[in-house]
Amino acid sequence: MKDALPLIWRRSKERYRLLGNRCQSCNQAYYPSRKICSKCRRASKLVPEEMPKKGKVISFTQVFSAPEGFENEAPYFLALIELDNGVIILSQIVDSPSERIVIGAPVKMVFRRVFEDGSQGAIAYGFKFKVE
Amino acid sequence: MFNGVGITGYGTYVPRMRIKIEEIARVWGKDGASLSKSLNIKEKTVAAYDEDSCTLAVEAARVACRNVDASKIGAVFVGSESPPYAVKPSSTVVAEALGSTPNMTAADLEFACKAGTAGIQSALAMVACGMIESGLAIGSDTAQGRPNDVLEFSSGSGAGAILVGKEKVIALVEATYSFSTDTPDFWRRSHAEFPKHAGRFTGKPAYFKHVAGAANRLFQELGTKAEDYDYAVFHQPNGQFPLKVGEQLGFEKEKVLPGMVTPLIGNTYSGATMIALCAVLDVAKPGQRILAVSYGSGAGSDAFSLSVTDEIENARQPVPVFEQIKDKEYVDYALYVKHRRKLKSL
Ligand SMILES: [Zn+2]
Repeated sequence: MKDALPLIWRRSKERYRLLGNRCQSCNQAYYPSRKICSKCRRASKLVPEEMPKKGKVISFTQVFSAPEGFENEAPYFLALIELDNGVIILSQIVDSPSERIVIGAPVKMVFRRVFEDGSQGAIAYGFKFKVE
Repeated sequence: MFNGVGITGYGTYVPRMRIKIEEIARVWGKDGASLSKSLNIKEKTVAAYDEDSCTLAVEAARVACRNVDASKIGAVFVGSESPPYAVKPSSTVVAEALGSTPNMTAADLEFACKAGTAGIQSALAMVACGMIESGLAIGSDTAQGRPNDVLEFSSGSGAGAILVGKEKVIALVEATYSFSTDTPDFWRRSHAEFPKHAGRFTGKPAYFKHVAGAANRLFQELGTKAEDYDYAVFHQPNGQFPLKVGEQLGFEKEKVLPGMVTPLIGNTYSGATMIALCAVLDVAKPGQRILAVSYGSGAGSDAFSLSVTDEIENARQPVPVFEQIKDKEYVDYALYVKHRRKLKSL
């Protein structure tokens, strides 16, 4: 991925800490954070909030043919995870025996390398999940 | 020495994958059983492809700081000899992941295997003089050994984090003393991939001289002796050295064993003394005393005299070190080579 640095930099806080936001008008939480609340529109009052670091698998798939830059990690699991506050995110599942990766499996956030800009470039860190 | 300053939190992280010493020996045509026995190491941890000393440090730091307001952490020190970048600190990544930035200081420290305890000393002094409210010291490594070198049979991956402060102290630091000399027992030149070592000279004039030197200096300054301590923690380059130096200093084996993690995870370099101390904090009772002595090649040792308080019962890490170690998955040498990126083409 060329010119990955601006993206790595801009997204580090939300990736490190699951930093999203919540609308104070309707109480809806968002990850990634939004500039306006889709329910309240002009009445939205969004403040930063860390998402819970635990949740459960609601759907998953195993990736055998990985995109460029991730070939050495294949095969790996990608899952839709419902966090404890109801927000749904997409994440890689690591460190978990495949028989335990099932719908409903409780998962917790771990901190990993998520992307490397080649061997000389910046390293992007962030969240992945593992089955508890 | 520190007027009520001490350890206020701790946490460890041990990667899930393991390789048995016998499996490494199989590849190099060595007698695994006797190697394993002479090193007193059964197996070692293998960090995953997407892990490095920085991610390990973040995991340990999160456990250590789980109950504190991260914005009160005024300093983060990460000690490692396997940093992911040659230039660019891991400590700022840890601080950002905790949420401690930006009104704080951070630095990466390097002193072979004792950079973690050097961080504890810095944090203690900064808290004691009122510069910061609390400081975090981490020792973290994904230790590398050249294929077929004796280090490959012992070098593991892991991290330990110690939070230092004045409030709700779980172990008071009575004193810390160091012992340092210029000793070329182990090194890695810039741009070199693997460390080199002075073989048989890494024992007596290096490890034993400095560990005993720091411990004896601490005994002398404090007027204490081995009998005054309930636990003794020493750096663990293998499973033999800490037992031997403990015996030389007059400690019964039973006082050294509770911190002996290297037989099960290998030498985690900067993480070793930190994880071993955390394993003791998992079980130590109020009123007990701990002696902890690190060792870093090059060479030096930091000795700490700790006194456990009643607060320990409220601050033990959720999963003790020896429980964390039980969660494991064995890999063979080929997978180990892939995950640790030992293939040149990776
Ligand atoms: Zn809203």
